[in-house]
Amino acid sequence: MRRALALLRRRVLGVVPVFALVVLGAFLLLEAAPGDAVDAYLAGIGGGDAAQVASLRAEWGLDGGPLPRLIAYVSALLRLDLGWSSAFQRPVLEVVLERLPNTLLLMGMATLLALSLGSLLGIVCGARPGSLRDRALSLTAIAIYAMPGFWLGLVLIVAFSVELRWLPSGGIETVASGLSGLDRATDIARHLVLPVLSLGLVYMALYLRLMRDGMAELWSQDFVRAARARGMTGTRLALRHVARNALLPVVTMLGLQSAAMLGGSVVIESVFAIPGLGRLASEAVSRRDTPLLLGVVLLSAVVVMLVNMLVDLAYALLDPRVGSGTGGSGAGG
Amino acid sequence: MNVLRRMLATGEGLAGLAMLSVLVAVALAAPLLAPGDPLAIRGDPLLRPFQEIAHPLGTDRLGRDVLSALIHGARTSLLVAVSAAAAALFIGITVGTIAGFLGGWVDEVLMRVAEAFQTVPAFLLTLALISVTGPRATTIVLGIAIGAWMQPARITRAEILSLRERDFVAAARVVGMRPLEIAFREVLPNALTPVVSLAAVIVAAAVLIEAALSFLGFGDPNRVTWGSMIAEGRTVLRRAPWLSIIPGIGLVLTVLAVHLTGRGIGHALRARRVVA
Repeated sequence: MRRALALLRRRVLGVVPVFALVVLGAFLLLEAAPGDAVDAYLAGIGGGDAAQVASLRAEWGLDGGPLPRLIAYVSALLRLDLGWSSAFQRPVLEVVLERLPNTLLLMGMATLLALSLGSLLGIVCGARPGSLRDRALSLTAIAIYAMPGFWLGLVLIVAFSVELRWLPSGGIETVASGLSGLDRATDIARHLVLPVLSLGLVYMALYLRLMRDGMAELWSQDFVRAARARGMTGTRLALRHVARNALLPVVTMLGLQSAAMLGGSVVIESVFAIPGLGRLASEAVSRRDTPLLLGVVLLSAVVVMLVNMLVDLAYALLDPRVGSGTGGSGAGG
Repeated sequence: MNVLRRMLATGEGLAGLAMLSVLVAVALAAPLLAPGDPLAIRGDPLLRPFQEIAHPLGTDRLGRDVLSALIHGARTSLLVAVSAAAAALFIGITVGTIAGFLGGWVDEVLMRVAEAFQTVPAFLLTLALISVTGPRATTIVLGIAIGAWMQPARITRAEILSLRERDFVAAARVVGMRPLEIAFREVLPNALTPVVSLAAVIVAAAVLIEAALSFLGFGDPNRVTWGSMIAEGRTVLRRAPWLSIIPGIGLVLTVLAVHLTGRGIGHALRARRVVA
């Protein structure tokens, strides 16, 4: 446990300069965008005279050069003030926090699906590399990996909502259904099936390949041969020695892919009309609301950093060599 | 040539390269295969595929020919993806070479910047750039590259680090070459192999990002793209699902071809390393 805490502290310290760079990037984009916060605010309330504009600019610290503006931006961020959304006429922080849970739910479910199904099928393939079962599944995985998530989503809508009428084609829950408790949860779950499949299947294919390739390589390692020599065979060997070690790169990839998955949810949420962070980003672009878009960018960066920290912790728990400061003996369990 | 032969020996490489050649040929010959403006109205709206010989894949909501849009879409898709991947590789290789060869605080700063870029979802980065500059072909290419240069940078840096203490680098120093000259003229050519295998992955990702952008309506409005065809078909998804499904198949085949080719190249290069 102390090992995990030390690792966590190191990660938190490492994250600070990186996040500072993300903030700097966001500020540069804000500078490059036409108009500033005062313009956006006045456009919403119906304009104002020159004196009002000047006094607002001075009050918000926008009347100086780039450096004072950067300082004003950073100090506002430190007070958790992400600016004003011209599209929604509300503070950006309020809007993004409202949308965050839906995206986290979608991403969480998709990750769960991708990780469980992907590593399970990966084990099926990797248990006997080169077998017919392995080839068929691997080929399917490559084909799925080539599919654009949003297109897969539309195909699933055509199949399961239009033709079969089994599942709803959009939204996060039935509007004004009056449902509560378990009924409401079931309703949301039904709405999430297709988006989770569209987002998760692609990563399922990725994890399947990773698990399978990892296992295929591990079979020829000394510790596996040693286990064989001790008389260990079949499922026990495949699961306890080979699969367990092949899981580590999958966990690493999970962290690396969290940013990509958030990016993917922009399109998936738009396809399924889910009011989440991703759809908010594309709304912000089409309504030319740069502060809102940057709010989504900053919040996503925070989410990605947190996910990566969790993955690091999980990794430390799975692999006793990580963070212990000493080189371990070989792999194998 | 040896690499090519080894690559063709793997089933994946052969299949990928064959599919890719057909796609590139179609993209290059688009003006011959489907002359005229693919956005022009050619016939009755919403014809089904295989219903009329003049429009083998049918027509869309406005009566535009699906097959010719598909052919011209291949052109846009490949052009944007390949330029974006080239730009990403260029940025990545340059940054990686400088970071790996100079080391010290330059390396530290550049790698932190790369980490910061990796913290923000690439698709959001691209969106942010496009929202600031407007959807033009060049900004789309640059936007995709901005979200993809980090991995080539890391791999180049790692290769350079493993190469820079070798004898031939010391020899170059002795004859008085300047550090960056050594980095780019002596070390970089030796470090390129693993970076090149990455190119396929980046091209495939770029195809998908471009498709997603134009699907959301942030693509170049004056060009036909598979993503915009899917978006256009989506408005009549219930009546004419094939309008969205057909261009998607084009996307799947393209990405698949690039992936398989990449795996083939990877195999061939690894085989060569083992032999060497």
